[in-house]
Amino acid sequence: MAAALINVPARAKRGDIIEIKTLMSHIMETGYRRTAAGDLVTRDIVTSFTCRYNGKEIFRADLFPAVAANPFLSFFTVAQDSGKFEFEWIGDRGFSETASASITVE
Amino acid sequence: MAVPTRRKFLRLTGQATIAGMVPIVSLRPLGATPAMLASAIRNVVGEAPVRTGKVKLDIPPLVENGNVVPMTVSVAGAMTADDHVRSIHVFNEKNPQPNIGNFYLGPYAGRAQVSTRIRLADSQKVVAIAHLSDGSFWSASADIVVTLAACDGELI
Repeated sequence: MAAALINVPARAKRGDIIEIKTLMSHIMETGYRRTAAGDLVTRDIVTSFTCRYNGKEIFRADLFPAVAANPFLSFFTVAQDSGKFEFEWIGDRGFSETASASITVE
Repeated sequence: MAVPTRRKFLRLTGQATIAGMVPIVSLRPLGATPAMLASAIRNVVGEAPVRTGKVKLDIPPLVENGNVVPMTVSVAGAMTADDHVRSIHVFNEKNPQPNIGNFYLGPYAGRAQVSTRIRLADSQKVVAIAHLSDGSFWSASADIVVTLAACDGELI
């Protein structure tokens, strides 16, 4: 089933720019492929991703079928306070997954 | 019936060829066209001018597998509350639809850089557009040659 891989530094200095990497295992079915019988395979993709840092949204993405299977996203933020990163993926067919990671800021 | 002249014969074969082509064309998903790319960009930027520069689009110029193409977009400049990148939009020219992704950043991003992996259905141009906090739009584009196309001829 769906599973997320998250990479956030466990600790950072206040003001440091840190990289966050996320990967969600998902087929990202484009809706443009056909079965051997010629029927279109229904689209099944992750349409949106959000990252919140201590409740504040720091990054959001709208994804389209042109994003490869198992969508990988890497982005940056400034380490401000110790706390929690919350990640949320939403997609077709009621797909919804969350994950979180904590950071210690010195 | 009169023997067809050469001109008539050519016209007839031409029509037959066009008629024969139609089913083949309609079976394939319609690819995005440069016009669709332009209108997708218009949907994002509106009437604002899009200038070239500031944005850096990193994609390998030659990719073997169009199903997984690493891509990094970065925008020059510091990310401050007054001067930052609001969003980055990535488009393609020849996939079935022109959008690839919209990425919304903010003053807390620290660095305006996003990486992901995309699909390319054909050798084509990819365009990245950045929307800055002062309302201006900047773009960069890259031409990519794809040897194994995504979505093409895949039967499951």
